[in-house]
Amino acid sequence: MAKSDLKIDIRTSPYIRKAPTVAQIMRNVVYALLPLVIYSVYHFGISALALILVTAMSCMATEHFFCKMSGKKSTILDASAAVSGLLLAMTLPPGFPLWMGAVAGFTAIAMGKTLFGGLGFNLFNPALVGRAFVQAAFPVSITTWTPALATDRFVEFIPSTLALPFMKPLPTADWSIQVAIDGFTGATPLALMKFQGIITDSYDLFMGNVAGSTGETSVLLILVCGAYLVYKQMLDWRIPAAVIIGTAISAELFYFIDPDKYPSPAFMLFSGGLMFAAVFMASDMVASPVTPLGIFVFGCLVGILTVVIRLFGGLTEAVMYAILFGNAATPIIETYTQPRIYGARKNKQDKS
Amino acid sequence: MNLLRLFGKKTFPRGIHLEEHKAETNAKPTRRLPFAPEIIVPLAQHVGKPAKAIVFKGQLVTRGELIAIADGFMSVPIHAPVTGTIKEIGLAKTAQGGKQAAIIITTSLSSGQQLLDSDIQFDYLQMSREELIQAVQNTGIVGLGGAAFPTHVKMQTPADCSIHTVLVNGCECEPFLTTDHRLMLERIEHLLQGIRISMKCVDAPKAIIGIEDNKMDVLHAIEPHLPDDNSIRIKAIATKYPQGAQKMLAYSLLGIEIPSGSRSSDAGLAIFNVATLAKIGALLPKGHGLIERTITVTGDSLENPGNYLAPIGTPLRYILDHAGFKGKEAGVILGGPMMGIPVRSLDVPITKGTGGVLVLDERATRRDDISPCIKCSSCLQACPINLNPSELGLLAAKRQYDVMEEKYHLNDCFECGCCSYVCPSNIPLVQYFRIAKTLNRERHLQNG
Ligand code: SF4
Ligand code: SF4
Repeated sequence: MAKSDLKIDIRTSPYIRKAPTVAQIMRNVVYALLPLVIYSVYHFGISALALILVTAMSCMATEHFFCKMSGKKSTILDASAAVSGLLLAMTLPPGFPLWMGAVAGFTAIAMGKTLFGGLGFNLFNPALVGRAFVQAAFPVSITTWTPALATDRFVEFIPSTLALPFMKPLPTADWSIQVAIDGFTGATPLALMKFQGIITDSYDLFMGNVAGSTGETSVLLILVCGAYLVYKQMLDWRIPAAVIIGTAISAELFYFIDPDKYPSPAFMLFSGGLMFAAVFMASDMVASPVTPLGIFVFGCLVGILTVVIRLFGGLTEAVMYAILFGNAATPIIETYTQPRIYGARKNKQDKS
Repeated sequence: MNLLRLFGKKTFPRGIHLEEHKAETNAKPTRRLPFAPEIIVPLAQHVGKPAKAIVFKGQLVTRGELIAIADGFMSVPIHAPVTGTIKEIGLAKTAQGGKQAAIIITTSLSSGQQLLDSDIQFDYLQMSREELIQAVQNTGIVGLGGAAFPTHVKMQTPADCSIHTVLVNGCECEPFLTTDHRLMLERIEHLLQGIRISMKCVDAPKAIIGIEDNKMDVLHAIEPHLPDDNSIRIKAIATKYPQGAQKMLAYSLLGIEIPSGSRSSDAGLAIFNVATLAKIGALLPKGHGLIERTITVTGDSLENPGNYLAPIGTPLRYILDHAGFKGKEAGVILGGPMMGIPVRSLDVPITKGTGGVLVLDERATRRDDISPCIKCSSCLQACPINLNPSELGLLAAKRQYDVMEEKYHLNDCFECGCCSYVCPSNIPLVQYFRIAKTLNRERHLQNG
């Protein structure tokens, strides 16, 4: 279409509109994430704060840089890069070395977004691309967990946080035992379940009093923040709902088969950042289907995959991979779930 | 959805809720607009073949006199809206910026409200169906809701379809417009007369008037006048856009879907706008022609917004002056804000299909940056046809117009504008779809 055509284009009907702009949506997602940020800083101290700042800045700087490189207007103001940065930080362990956080932020935007052509064209959730990259690059750091509510967390960094670039971070195991209030084993509830058969209390999970990634702490807070976005009509509630349904049903199935061997659905739902991923990650609009049935299929798929990977795979942070897989399957899901239009004919012969 | 129909308010799935903006005009009685000094009567005011002028330059015509005859069945005649002299039969500007053939009449100073009386009086009850349809054509009436499709053609239902219900569309779901609302309060007798005539024309045993539930005063006004045999009923359905679209109306009132690609008659329905039927009821028994219609003049910077009974052919400039337009710059739209046509010149006349003149300031001219689709699925949740505007928009950007038509039902889109209304990326979806349809049509023509 020629430029001159476009000018007239926009003045045709409808003449009224009422929609939040993309930037407004993204800004609201940032607002919804802020309480979680604050809560995780409360839980994990200045290390978490530093990590969140570093990844967010890294994402935004990368976005700005690539826009300038390609001579486009910088899209940094639409806040989508900030959202990716915050989401990314929330999926990393609080003691994750800051320089690795910066690498993750760069990869998230460069490989997860710019490579595909920017916001709207990305196949995968950029934050998860960043996370997957550092998971592969720094397998040790990304599975090193530190206890929540450590005594000196507001004045003292977790030793690994300040590791110099390309240096091996300091081991945290001794430090963890030293600062933990009660005997901390350095394991997340999922790891406890998988490797030691210990099931963490659902109440602790619900309130977030456990070790884990920066943002996967309080289920309660995650739900409240998600509800705010749903209320603002900026989050499609159908996606988290479907993820939860998929997880609950498949977990229930295993639990029903062998309650001693497999954890309960409640544990599955409240642990391992599932809620956070369901509400804030899987619901990434760009990388999930638009069709109503597709949304349901996508959500259930993510839920089921999460359970299967958790129970039978080696990775405890299964939900991240489940979502990446769901993102990849999105085009196929959409192809097969086009909505039935008003007045659709049952078969071709009808037409004659 | 079926459950919703049982328990909830009667309506169709999806669609959008709009600010109504009707309060400015819906409580004021309709007023008559004086005659403009010059009246421009285009020969093609309807879908189909243009009428043929039968007058000559300099001829004196009387209000109500036949000045152009129908050119075949897919055409309607035109009557003189004012008494005056034919100034010219030539070209006049159209709203879209082109030119078209028109009869231009200089209004005589003495032109009054009197009409050229017809010598025939019709008793429609004594007439055959064919005679009635012929009489409808003679009135020059077309769909006054905006479609401007010749009404008599719609009434000539194919022999193999039997019509079980006449649906009378009084939804007026476009914001700002209130002509149908006023008319249903002020012209109840004409409306009921018109409904009876239409029922006879399409041979239907019953009729339902559908209104949105923001017009309950209409329901209460009309109910006492309805016949006891229940052949004509009135039902309130939810106030939601686009409730007044034929397909939505059929679903909301009866739960019937009009199959894709077919006409309402295939589903046993005949759907007419209230304004159309009220005019038939008023004109047909007297043998008169359509020379004036009610329009809503409303929007920003107007001192006297309201409903006006205006002679067909009155130029917009005259109408806006009369309504006290005080602004400097504005977008002027024929019709409502969701589906109306922007005008490029104020020297354009109102025609039979014009239901409103809407003046919008920066809203109509605002241009936001378009950003890429973020797949938020808002448009899918708004589309009353349940299309996938997101995918259609992406395909349009890739110019895959054939795929849009074959796989994604482009031709079922009736350009209601819901998808554009809700899109956070400001993608002019409807506009893309219009272009795609036009290009497809041209391609099909080329390929024979
Ligand atoms: S304009 Fe077409 S695609 Fe858009 S909502 Fe209306 S019918 Fe659906
Ligand atoms: S509303 Fe706009 S941004 Fe959202 S899915 Fe539809 S086309 Fe894309």
